[in-house]
Amino acid sequence: MDLFEYQGKQYFARYGIPTSPGGVADSVDEAIKQAKAAGFPAVVKAQVQVGGRGKAGGIRLVNNEQEAKEAAEFILGLDIKGHVVKRLWIEHASDIKKEYYASFTLDRNAKLHLAMVSAKGGVDIEEVAATDPEAIKRLHINPIDGISYDQSLELAKSAGIDQEALEGVASVLVKLYECYTLGDADLAEINPLILTPQGKVHALDAKVTLDDAAAFRHPEWDAFRGVSELDGRERLAKEKHLNYIGLEGSVGIIANGAGLAMSTLDVVNQVGGSAANFLDLGGGAGADVMAAALEVINTDDRVEVVLVNIFGGITRCDEVAKGIVDALSSVEMRSPIVIRLDGTNADEGRRILADADLRGVIIEKTMIGAAKRAVEIVDEGASK
Amino acid sequence: MSIFVDENTKVIVQGLTGSQGKFHGLRNKAYGTKVVGGVTPGKGGTDVEGVPVYDSVQDAVAATGATASFIVVPPKFAPEAILEAAAAGISFIVCITEYIPAKDEAMVFNVLRRNYPGTRLLGPNCPGILSPGKCNIGITSGDIALAGGPVGIVSRSGTLTYQALNELSLKGVGQTTCVGIGGDPVPGTTFIDCLAAFEQDPETKAVLMFGEIGGSDEEKAAAFIKENVTKPVVSYIAGVTAPPGKKMGHAGAIVSGGMGTAQAKMDALAQAGVHVARNPTEAGEIMVDIVKGL
Repeated sequence: MDLFEYQGKQYFARYGIPTSPGGVADSVDEAIKQAKAAGFPAVVKAQVQVGGRGKAGGIRLVNNEQEAKEAAEFILGLDIKGHVVKRLWIEHASDIKKEYYASFTLDRNAKLHLAMVSAKGGVDIEEVAATDPEAIKRLHINPIDGISYDQSLELAKSAGIDQEALEGVASVLVKLYECYTLGDADLAEINPLILTPQGKVHALDAKVTLDDAAAFRHPEWDAFRGVSELDGRERLAKEKHLNYIGLEGSVGIIANGAGLAMSTLDVVNQVGGSAANFLDLGGGAGADVMAAALEVINTDDRVEVVLVNIFGGITRCDEVAKGIVDALSSVEMRSPIVIRLDGTNADEGRRILADADLRGVIIEKTMIGAAKRAVEIVDEGASK
Repeated sequence: MSIFVDENTKVIVQGLTGSQGKFHGLRNKAYGTKVVGGVTPGKGGTDVEGVPVYDSVQDAVAATGATASFIVVPPKFAPEAILEAAAAGISFIVCITEYIPAKDEAMVFNVLRRNYPGTRLLGPNCPGILSPGKCNIGITSGDIALAGGPVGIVSRSGTLTYQALNELSLKGVGQTTCVGIGGDPVPGTTFIDCLAAFEQDPETKAVLMFGEIGGSDEEKAAAFIKENVTKPVVSYIAGVTAPPGKKMGHAGAIVSGGMGTAQAKMDALAQAGVHVARNPTEAGEIMVDIVKGL
């Protein structure tokens, strides 16, 4: 789960990482109130999960109520690369002497945690990495050992952080590592991490991605849900705990496992069709999950045929078949369904489907055969 | 021959008394795998359809001489179960558990690497290992495999591993061993570990390798193949047509900033002399031709 900046700052605060005081506003009136509470000059910032907010006019410095009103009116509803701004974060403007960068993430190659620190913050770090790689200092951290204050201080020094900011940056690094590990973040990034003329170091932005797999030990994450930017189809799928991504084509895809789902997309595209979505049922999906998947696909009016590609391992094909039969007894499907079942209990699954004698359900033996059949159905529909 | 396991491998199932553990543990046993015991704390002394259950891995190892463990427990308990198995002297651990937090995975991997270098972990979030006719540890349906070699399979994503077996078995091409390494961020066993083992195995004459977008493990495998693998390798990378910036599953399968694309992986593999297919069926067809020419 990607957090919005204001959520990331709330999360940072739990781990003692200093941020500017501020508040959230969903309307112009609230924005004026929050700006007055923060104290002028204040910064009004669009809350969207996309880079380049500043360049798009999504961040404004305001000196009085009138300017706060104008900024809020301008930014609320602004379209930033397809993300429409619905919420603002307003905080007291910080005096900035220097801008740094700090982050923790997993290095999948080394299978260790990775700290990255740079004295060149405030800009796109991928650009710094490309043009001036030496400006980013990296440190691998074994999870068994963690990172000490002294290591953090050394890392900050090696990155060329100013003398007066060293202790502040080192202290933030230790806390950011706790936020990253104890807080189960896949990414915890501060850009920029600023030094003020008063010699204080604090986070001016917050980019946090939480590891959904760790949700069971973080009841506090509930507060972050329900405000995401998903489209209608994606929101419905999320409610049903399906791994769904909306695409633009006409073949609705349901598969079990991310790899097989991706591969189904590949095959459909290669035999001349186009996928309307990626949908992974996950492992061990029962009849209810299968029924939910058909329901989600059925809400998409782009879909002209549904391709169900199941290779049972932990998922049992008889369960999948029951789900299809159940779903079709309660949901009026708008399009035919091509089904391929293989693996665990496949014979039983095919028998359940055959016995139910469902209209608009076609059973194919192989993955490529099923993809071809689905695309033929789309083509037949187009030629009518 | 097979890699990592064979017909003599003695296996215990951690979580045998749970519904998934029972279903898959007993199915592995029915396949012919030497499933010699189960472990569930507090249920020692009972049995699951004749398979004795022990309170701890240590007890199970002492009583049965097992060297491999199949872990089928929920994500909350899986990290501890893996470390318990390693501490009890198990040398080959298969963990199929999905949705283990990345921090726990990273911790477990590094504890194994530092304290138990002789222990191999396969997974987590993997389908397991299957050596047709000899040993099946995991959740793969044994009837989709075909014994007699000559192809070794290594695949990242679970269900795509079954697809790989299916493509070969349907065409009458058997397998020596099929290893599903799992698509999680910190897999215990990598493509390279499997490629090295297949290269050493005299019965394996060719290798089928299925990868997917995201990360750089396939690129690393390509570099390894170029230097170390003399046997023919056929590959397929899932996600050739995946849109960038969309995370396709828990696997961390994502194309971002031009990194981890299927094309980059396919190019790297092709440059290493690997036969690169565009889909699983094509990969199977290429392998059939290679096997015919052996």
